[in-house]
Amino acid sequence: MALIFEGIKKAFWLLITCDPEVMRITFLSLQVSGTATLISLFIGISIGTTVALSKFPGRRMVVSLINTGMGLPPVVVGLFVTIFLWRNGPLGFFGILYTPGAMIIAQTVIASPIVMGITLAAIQHLPEKLRLQILALGATRIQMVWILIKEAKLPLLAAMMAGFGGVISEVGASIMVGGNIKGYSRVLTTATVMETSRGNFDIAIALGIILLVLAYFINLILTQIQQRERPR
Amino acid sequence: MTESIPILETKNIQVKRGGTIILNISSLLIQKGEILSLIGPNGAGKTTLLQSLSYLLKPFEGDIFFKGKRVNQNHSIFEYRRKLAAVFQEPLLFDTTVFENVASGLKIRRMNRSEIRERVMDHLEQFGINHLKDRSARTLSGGEAQRTSLARAFAIQPEILFLDEPFASLDPPTRESLMGDLQRALLETKTTTIFATHDRFEALILSNRIAVMNLGKIVQIGSPDEVMNHPIDEFVASFVGVETILMGKVVKKNGGTFVTSVSSKEIEAVGEAQLGEEVILCIRPENVILSSPPSKELTSARNVFPGRVEKITSLGLYQKVQLNCGFPLVAYVTHHSLESLSLKEEKTVIASFKATAIHVVRRKGK
Repeated sequence: MALIFEGIKKAFWLLITCDPEVMRITFLSLQVSGTATLISLFIGISIGTTVALSKFPGRRMVVSLINTGMGLPPVVVGLFVTIFLWRNGPLGFFGILYTPGAMIIAQTVIASPIVMGITLAAIQHLPEKLRLQILALGATRIQMVWILIKEAKLPLLAAMMAGFGGVISEVGASIMVGGNIKGYSRVLTTATVMETSRGNFDIAIALGIILLVLAYFINLILTQIQQRERPR
Repeated sequence: MTESIPILETKNIQVKRGGTIILNISSLLIQKGEILSLIGPNGAGKTTLLQSLSYLLKPFEGDIFFKGKRVNQNHSIFEYRRKLAAVFQEPLLFDTTVFENVASGLKIRRMNRSEIRERVMDHLEQFGINHLKDRSARTLSGGEAQRTSLARAFAIQPEILFLDEPFASLDPPTRESLMGDLQRALLETKTTTIFATHDRFEALILSNRIAVMNLGKIVQIGSPDEVMNHPIDEFVASFVGVETILMGKVVKKNGGTFVTSVSSKEIEAVGEAQLGEEVILCIRPENVILSSPPSKELTSARNVFPGRVEKITSLGLYQKVQLNCGFPLVAYVTHHSLESLSLKEEKTVIASFKATAIHVVRRKGK
């Protein structure tokens, strides 16, 4: 019990004094997960909307694949991204393994199916005749898709929160492709794992608290936007 | 007006679903400014026809000509759709304010802001919803939402307006007031309209022509008078004539009552109407009294006509007698009356009904 108490005390001290190492780790986490979420929003919304609006043979299989992808184990993603970026791997010539870039790629692979799956469900959930109504108003196909995305904005904001939540808290892939290099590819989750294994519970608790607070505030901002949109 | 190119013409429209033909319309001509109602039971193909005509339902065979030019050849589908507007049974409003909803078709056309504002305000006023302009569409009642949807369609100033049972999910008073507004808007704008409904009254009040549909085909098409007073077959008769609905023209006014000419017979009804005005007369079958031919004794009934029994159908507790008095008339009688009058098909009887028993609907609004 004393250990936890001591840990929390140290954690607050590190936070209040804005410990440079802790700050660096925090900013890198935000940078990597933020970028991965933005890229996955682009990929997820485009593909999710396309699949939702089109009919083709094997569509159900594709939808099942997307839904399975929503629960992709980060370590499996880490493994495959590592193989691809490995010196002799297909994308080895980029030389980005053990860099924040590799972490962004891995996190994008994790978040994209989440955004895709939620987008797919959100667009499909809109009344079928809404599409006809938009076309009957004289919209081009692109205008129609844009209007549909706007109509689904509340679930799409949820998709963004789910995507970000998925990657900011993910550790397996980040440690595998980022390598947890001090001052370079160390993020909140990988640092927490390392400090815990070393028995530095105070720092681990501090990092854990920062992670929770960060996730809370980002979701708070997105929730504010989402709920403001809700008509009274 | 001189004979002009029809605004819309179709040739051999056919829609198949799972191998069966669900819509088969050999030809349909619609003139500019015309209001055509499509009536028929559920599943008759009204919606499928509307969606084919507006090119919203893609996989169909046949050709559509807009002002003489073939759509998808001389006109692109997109160009054609920009001349149309559609209102469905559900209001299908966007998750934004009433103003933005009405403006949506204009924004899609990239009109400039001041023009959009002016036009939206005009159409909000046309449907009496300017006080709702800043309200979220999600908070509207059914009637308000459908008014917004109609205003959105009229704001585009379409050349053809497609209405797919727009009042079907509204309560009767709301439906009535909305019908009045729609009727006024159509009279003002003279927009060519194709209106699908399963309500005969809506069709009678609004349209110049009525097409009765069944099983994916147009069974009869003609003026309201032709369709209502001279149904072509049993299906049309049974669909339009659950009770007697007649189209007539006022030929005489008689202090509180007026006389209408229906298929060259004169029927007297109570109410206000102008000479020469077209009116719809509705006579409930239970208000029609039948008697044997010689008895033409004096009664208070102002309308007495000899008629031939065309068909007798049992409706359980009573019988439905369809008569031909020069116009179709339906009467309900009990089994007892049927026996005492020894009614049977081909027999001639005297049918009478009071002037006060006629429900009069005036066609041209106020």
